[in-house]
Amino acid sequence: MTREVLAIALFVAQAMLALALCLCVYRLIRGPRAQDRVTAIDSLYMNALLSIVLVGIRTGSELYFEAALVIALAGFTSTSAVAKFLMRGEVIE
Amino acid sequence: MNLAPDLPPIAALAVAVLALAGAAVALTGAIGLLRFKTFYDRVHPPTLSTSLGLFCIVLASIVTFSVLGTRLAIHELLLFFFVTMTLPVSMMLLARAALFRDRVEAFDKELAAEVRAAAQQEAADLAAAQAEAAALAAVDERPGHDEDAAYGRD
Repeated sequence: MTREVLAIALFVAQAMLALALCLCVYRLIRGPRAQDRVTAIDSLYMNALLSIVLVGIRTGSELYFEAALVIALAGFTSTSAVAKFLMRGEVIE
Repeated sequence: MNLAPDLPPIAALAVAVLALAGAAVALTGAIGLLRFKTFYDRVHPPTLSTSLGLFCIVLASIVTFSVLGTRLAIHELLLFFFVTMTLPVSMMLLARAALFRDRVEAFDKELAAEVRAAAQQEAADLAAAQAEAAALAAVDERPGHDEDAAYGRD
């Protein structure tokens, strides 16, 4: 019984995160300027990270935690690089 | 769809509430990202999902793996601390880049307006000078008008 309740709750949480991902994609496509798109993609990978942690909770496997860490690392690097590019016109000076 | 860890009722309830709360906060952040009007408003809502939303979901993960492994599993906190430390840096860089771009654009617009005004002024001056020259030429071309006589010369 508790297992079903937990499964339903996790499913609803994953559905909410999927909706959040869709909203971020809408902003990514629509966003009037480059910085809006970068914010949208930052939010996108963060929601993907949350959703991967939820998958890890659901399956009870610790592997997903490492995937989430890698996503956080890559996301921070890419957002910083693109912000630097927007400011200077090049990434490595 | 019936996949969930086998937890005792209290832990299951805690995990369910925490996961739902975290997902709801993340959804709120995404709605804010969608609906706010300017870029400087839109920078703020996504940080909701990366601070409180991530905290709730990481807490749910800690409860799950602590109960499943029958030992305290706090390595998920690593994720929380890493994101909490790096997110302000990237957002700050992004906001500064946006500010720089906006300022450059405003400066360019101002410069273009000034150049346009100067060109118009020059064109007006040229037209006035041409009109004056034409009037003088018309005076010279008048029949019976002798320039030498007008100036009292032979």
